[in-house]
Amino acid sequence: MMAPPAYALEITSLCKSFGGLSVTQDVSLTIRAGERRLIIGPNGAGKTTLFNQITGDLLPTSGQIKLFGKDITRLRPDQRAHCGLSRTYQIITLFTQDTLEHNVTLGLMGLRSARWNPVRPLSFYGDLAKESRRILELAGLEKLSSHPVSEIAYGEKRRVELAMALAQKPRLLLLDEPLAGLSSSERTTVKSLIASIPRETAVIMIEHDMDTALDLAETVTLLNYGRVIVDGKRDAVIADEKTREVYLGN
Amino acid sequence: MKWIALVVLAALLAALPSFAGEFYINLASQVLIAIIFALSLNLLVGYGGMTSLGHASYTGIAAYMVAILTTRYGIGHGISAVVSIAGTTVAAAGFGLIALRATGLSFLMITLAISQVLWGLAYRMASVTNGDNGITGITRPMPFGISLESAAAFYWFALLVAALAFAAMTIFVLSAFGSSLKGVRDQPRRMAALGFHPWMIRWITFIYSGFWAGVSGLLYVYYSKYIHPTSLSTTNSAEGLLGVIAGGSGTLGGPIVGATLVSLLKNYASGYIERWNMLLGAVFLAIVLLMPTGIVPGVRKLFSRTGKSRK
Repeated sequence: MMAPPAYALEITSLCKSFGGLSVTQDVSLTIRAGERRLIIGPNGAGKTTLFNQITGDLLPTSGQIKLFGKDITRLRPDQRAHCGLSRTYQIITLFTQDTLEHNVTLGLMGLRSARWNPVRPLSFYGDLAKESRRILELAGLEKLSSHPVSEIAYGEKRRVELAMALAQKPRLLLLDEPLAGLSSSERTTVKSLIASIPRETAVIMIEHDMDTALDLAETVTLLNYGRVIVDGKRDAVIADEKTREVYLGN
Repeated sequence: MKWIALVVLAALLAALPSFAGEFYINLASQVLIAIIFALSLNLLVGYGGMTSLGHASYTGIAAYMVAILTTRYGIGHGISAVVSIAGTTVAAAGFGLIALRATGLSFLMITLAISQVLWGLAYRMASVTNGDNGITGITRPMPFGISLESAAAFYWFALLVAALAFAAMTIFVLSAFGSSLKGVRDQPRRMAALGFHPWMIRWITFIYSGFWAGVSGLLYVYYSKYIHPTSLSTTNSAEGLLGVIAGGSGTLGGPIVGATLVSLLKNYASGYIERWNMLLGAVFLAIVLLMPTGIVPGVRKLFSRTGKSRK
């Protein structure tokens, strides 16, 4: 048996431009298996665009993306999900008419052959329902499992976003501003939920709330105008002159 | 309560030929055919979020294939039916490859364009389709030696097929795959990120929907024993769509109610009012204004509201 690849993600010379506008310029990044990485940068730095290229929502103009040693640069988003990639969205993207349980069940189904079964009613998949409720319990949402998403509070929706991604047991998880718009008590809840993600999962997080996010991160990447400005261990990046200049302010 | 109502309804439907005259039995057969058509379109429009304005293509293809195979080549009904449905399904797969390159309005325009091409072919390719004269002399099949010549026999046959179609499509919608389909309708990007293949899910549904539209076409040509290019017209596609939307797209019962309404207006009210299209328009307008999501969801909402106010 081959040794598992050391890197969860290897991005090499990634470039993306929309017409004359370069939003990703020669970005190279490596994320080790199980690493906790924080991506910071001012608005418009190309953070979410980078995520969208990793997930396959956008195809890069040039460059290469490898997931656990496998070249995924040209794969469809769903194929990448089957390689162990999962994500959450900055703008909450849930199935609002459906129950929380159904939302998480979709997360489970996505990687199972059940998603193609045109005969067996979904309600017969007791194992999926059970697993879905277990995950909602981890997210502290078990009491709301039969409520439609449209009825629950914003902070709870943020946790459903996470629960759906966690249901897939990803090897690489991309979190796009998981704390955006949350109150301080909700932040604490979500923070501990993120902290509880098993170490088999590498996490890349975009977040502006430095107080919370820095606690969760081991390494930090600073992006600006689509380029990597500083990249490395958390404390080194934070202490760096350029980080203060571009992002943190003096 | 709900079950009793359903059983009574089923009994009434089965017994219809014993108390209704031939005109009404035939009318009921036409309604059943329209229902199968609307149910199949609802898979696309309601559950898949793919609004098609070319669904009559599949009824037309199936009907023309049966007509040509049986009258011109003298092929037996059983084989003709199987070949026609298979041919229609393959055609749907092919058209799906073209139409599903787009979504939303562009998808609608492509389905419209394809159906217009077929309609034009039916008119112009007279050597095959007999053009504007249509094809006459089609006979009804005799499944298991039972004649379907009488109005009642054909009605029971149509009722059986419609019940099968409803059951099959209901299973499809309630299945795990049905959930995949609804998910792709609501959040295609998220579904892809979760590992679902949105395009493939839509394509499979497109083909399945085409299959059942083909079945309705088969019934149609057996019923009228005649086929004319107007069967492929946009008007027919639009009437189906109207039925789905009026009844409530994305609900199981909606297309049944909607298609019944539209075909009764078309086939019954038209006997009394020359401008039945105007009446149809007025009814549709009223539905849009009073129950924008359609009759079935609208009535359901009405009941749940009165139910709540009583508490």
